[in-house]
Amino acid sequence: MINITINNKAVQVEEGTTIFEAAKQNNVIIPHFCYMENVHQIGSCRICVVEVEGGKTLMASCVTEVKEGMVVHTNSDRVRSVRKVIYELMLSDHPKECLSCWRNQNCELQDLGNLIQITEFRYEGAKSKDIIDTSSPSIVRDSSKCILCRRCVTVCNDIQGVGLMNPHHRGFSTFIGPSEDELLGESVCTNCGQCVLVCPVGALKEKDSTSIVWDAIFDKTKTVVVQTAPAVRAALGEVFGYDPGTLVTGKMASALHELGFDYVFDTNFAADLTIMEEGSEFLGRVKDAFTSPEKAAVLPMITSCSPGWIKFIEHRYPGQLPHLSSCKSPHMMLGALTKSYFAEKMNIDPAKIFVVSVMPCTAKKFEITRPEMFSNGLADVDAVITTRELGRMIKDGGIDFRFLPDGEFDSPLGLSSGAADIFGTTGGVMEAALRTVYELVTGRELPTENFHIQPLSGLSRIKTADLKIENPLAEFSFLADVTVKVAVTSGLTGAAELLDEIKTGKSPYHFIEIMGCPGGCISGGGQPRPVNDAIRTKRLEAIYREDEGKALRKSHENEDVKMLYRDYLGIPLGHKSHELLHTIYIQRSKN
Amino acid sequence: MNPISDLIRNLADQHGRNRQNLLPILQGVVEQEKYLSEYSMIEIARELDLPASEVYGTATFYSFLEHKKMGRYIIRICKTITCSMKGKNQVQLAIQDMLKIGIGETTADGNFSLLQTNCLGFCHMAPAMLINNDMFTELTPEKVREILSVYMNKKKEGESNDNRLST
Repeated sequence: MINITINNKAVQVEEGTTIFEAAKQNNVIIPHFCYMENVHQIGSCRICVVEVEGGKTLMASCVTEVKEGMVVHTNSDRVRSVRKVIYELMLSDHPKECLSCWRNQNCELQDLGNLIQITEFRYEGAKSKDIIDTSSPSIVRDSSKCILCRRCVTVCNDIQGVGLMNPHHRGFSTFIGPSEDELLGESVCTNCGQCVLVCPVGALKEKDSTSIVWDAIFDKTKTVVVQTAPAVRAALGEVFGYDPGTLVTGKMASALHELGFDYVFDTNFAADLTIMEEGSEFLGRVKDAFTSPEKAAVLPMITSCSPGWIKFIEHRYPGQLPHLSSCKSPHMMLGALTKSYFAEKMNIDPAKIFVVSVMPCTAKKFEITRPEMFSNGLADVDAVITTRELGRMIKDGGIDFRFLPDGEFDSPLGLSSGAADIFGTTGGVMEAALRTVYELVTGRELPTENFHIQPLSGLSRIKTADLKIENPLAEFSFLADVTVKVAVTSGLTGAAELLDEIKTGKSPYHFIEIMGCPGGCISGGGQPRPVNDAIRTKRLEAIYREDEGKALRKSHENEDVKMLYRDYLGIPLGHKSHELLHTIYIQRSKN
Repeated sequence: MNPISDLIRNLADQHGRNRQNLLPILQGVVEQEKYLSEYSMIEIARELDLPASEVYGTATFYSFLEHKKMGRYIIRICKTITCSMKGKNQVQLAIQDMLKIGIGETTADGNFSLLQTNCLGFCHMAPAMLINNDMFTELTPEKVREILSVYMNKKKEGESNDNRLST
């Protein structure tokens, strides 16, 4: 243990602790800005400076480790005035258009100014940057608001391994982004939106789609259908002041009805459908691999629900594209079915249907623009709004969310199993698939406690599990005593690791689940801020609670999905399925 | 095969393909090509398996790694205070008048580029400038015209481009 003095109080902390953490452990909060615990601690903003007796200059407390006998002052006259100057200088190169900024009242720079009591701007000067890049369908980059904290650089490089957001030039000319002439929309950006999630100011944001959704709602000629992803219900409450991990499924359905959507469907329905299609595809590949080697079945098969992950593999590992399941992501399936099955059933002209997806994701905004995502000349989904955008619409719509009664999703695309709920978290798609696949193969329920596969849940980067098949049904006798090996990862550095194994022929797995964002959709780029591991865990637990609270736990027991196959699709992987529910991938350039 | 790709591959063979080998490779390309084109930066990224954005970020951080097309001879005139006080402006005007280019521009024949630089450490012999790696000090408009004439004749005689410091 190390003995130090913080603000005249003698304390003991562990060796290797930073001054910032040492202060925090002893109930002293040092004003800070760019700091993100365990993620981004590089002292780039200098707001967290403290005075160390005997030190020539002030030190950034988030990067300075404690030393024996250190005497630290976090709130001396010198520290207070320097902190203000640093803040004011930061502000001198920041447009003060707070009232018209989308981050107004939700901006860490504003909060800090309030905290350290800034009441005037003493420095005015040239503005260094003015690039506004709207080329991407997912993310808007407004560099004039960037204060160079480099959080996005850390998540893009270290967490996601994409390496697009980087500092360029130097000093006053520094800007963060892809290279000078490169546009986000034409770059290797996966649209995962993790940078948007950590940006403390309004420099990175999702491309707003709320106005086109309002237009559609007010257009009397249109039938406006909305669907919500599983992860949205576990986080939307945070926008309205609920604690992280509060499930607001019922209130969310009510709010969507009140906003004026004609039908409120659940993406979860299509998640169940995905399990039917993807599970069948997996069993088909496994069967080929074990019984007809001449077909050279491609294993491991990898899930394809996460459009950020899809764009990543298209850029970085085009040779491994055949490993992807051909299934569209669930909301695209639901969109395609809304404009076919549902339109036929209700006798509505599909061209008059406007499908809105509420997603925890910014990459879904890109996904709906892919040419493969059009069926019969119509976009499967017309607009994607993020959880944050839905929160804004509900507030803007004058709806008092906290007092809403619990509502229901509409039929026939609203019923879902617990297996679909867990699609929203890392490990969930795999667990949902195994619940169904195991039962299809053996005729018995998955023999684990509460149908959970413990090693696959949680926030670890790469998780693996083995599942031994005993006494399979006659049809799957080739799987007798085979141990099915599966792996799960979330975040793109984990994905790259598993893909490298596949590339070098060392991958021992049969089935891999990959989600683009760390923790899965619960902490997707479209979710409410802030996101850290504690909040991820709360949302993850909420998702499992939703699953366990349902009587229906397995996708293949969803009666509405069964009806859909009976009345419309025929069988999984049938002709209609291929037309509506499956897609292709394209090779993209590496740089 | 493209000569720049060959150059980059040779440099990578020589220096290694890790992240810390990026700078010497960038310098090697600049020595040969005078600047880093987008093509070279993407080639380097590919060769070292780095994101192109990181190569670009590194290249643009350093003043002496140009990323715009440059002439055969890059003139860098010191813009800091001692040189300014000792007549840098007149020297610069003489260069601009002789070459018919402004700061940041390159002559139409692609032989000369004119840039400003921060302190070269020759305040005691101000004003100072660099042409490629050659240092010229205690400049006057007359002296700079003579120096440039030598370089112009060099190119006329087709002499090879000498990068070594003349001492």
